[in-house]
Amino acid sequence: MVEFTLPKNSKLTRGKFFKAPDGATNVRRFEVYRWDPDSGENPRIDAYEVDIGSCGPMVLDAMIKIKNEIDSTLTFRRSCREGVCGSCAMNVNGKNTLVCTKAIDEYKGTIKVFPLPHMAVVKDLVPDMTHFYAQYASIKPWMETQTPPPADSERLQSREDRAKLDGLYECVLCACCSTGCPSYWWNSERYLGPAILLQAYRWLVDSRDEGTGERLDELEDPFKLYRCHTIMNCTDTCPKGLNPAKAIAETKKLLVQRKLG
Amino acid sequence: MNSTNRPLSPHLQVYRLPLTGLISITHRMTGVMLSLGLILFLCMLYAIAGGAEAFSAMQAMTDSILLQTVLWGFMYALFFHLCHGVRHLIWDAGCSFDNETLNRYALIELFVSLVLTAATFAFFIL
Repeated sequence: MVEFTLPKNSKLTRGKFFKAPDGATNVRRFEVYRWDPDSGENPRIDAYEVDIGSCGPMVLDAMIKIKNEIDSTLTFRRSCREGVCGSCAMNVNGKNTLVCTKAIDEYKGTIKVFPLPHMAVVKDLVPDMTHFYAQYASIKPWMETQTPPPADSERLQSREDRAKLDGLYECVLCACCSTGCPSYWWNSERYLGPAILLQAYRWLVDSRDEGTGERLDELEDPFKLYRCHTIMNCTDTCPKGLNPAKAIAETKKLLVQRKLG
Repeated sequence: MNSTNRPLSPHLQVYRLPLTGLISITHRMTGVMLSLGLILFLCMLYAIAGGAEAFSAMQAMTDSILLQTVLWGFMYALFFHLCHGVRHLIWDAGCSFDNETLNRYALIELFVSLVLTAATFAFFIL
């Protein structure tokens, strides 16, 4: 449902300020969303002055530095630090990204870090991804076959058919696109969102998959697929440079082509 | 840990919409405004049907700067809505989704709707 303002328990308050250590020459201010589930208080914005001179180049490096040296209570997800695990997705200065692949130098002035938008917050920058993963499971993200596999080889694919998966298989399900989509904000209970729809298309175009008909039946729904209004925030924000909007358009085309026979 | 009182993370409050996002919401808003504007046109039709007196009263009103601005704003909104509609058709054909063309098309839409409004002005007023 469309709700422009935040609920009462989600309204932001001003938090603590951590000054840069003496002798720091290259100081950058980070404003970070904080919420402690045990406090009973509303979320707050804490400000940290970080000495960039003694910090790695990425926004994630600064976050880790804050946690290690300034405020150990700061909570966020991170793992691979090279953009393949999809854990450290956050909203930085108004755009969703993987903070491990985003250099501090790409921003000017204060860097504002929020959790992925319009999600239930578990703690600080950690959103609850349960629903997102359930939606992923709902599209059956595995190969569906009816025919028996070849006796002594794998199910093979031509180079051309394999190339159709380029730009799709790279998706790491970080949810930057889905949580950047206003349509997903208002209708996430029923709209699958760009990330899941890109994944659905990844199986639709896989030449080895034999469940195309059922997959299209599942997607032919005013909400699951057609809440995409080509706002294009997904393609704009994808930290892997993928194009969910294009995958959704191709899915809509497949449905039309099937109707026209 | 209580999971029911979890706050909702900020969305519109923090998200910086890209040009395509702004264009998209403008398309929605112009659609609503154009629908409401039809009521104004209906009033005009009523005035025309209501005889000479009603017509001249309507004419005097539409001559005001305020209503002239509204009318030409309506025109621009109409042409912008049309242009973005065409953009949607191109998208529905599966074309021009790459990041580079997105902003370019958005600017073209804004420019073309301005040109169309100016052309209408030149055709009917000048």
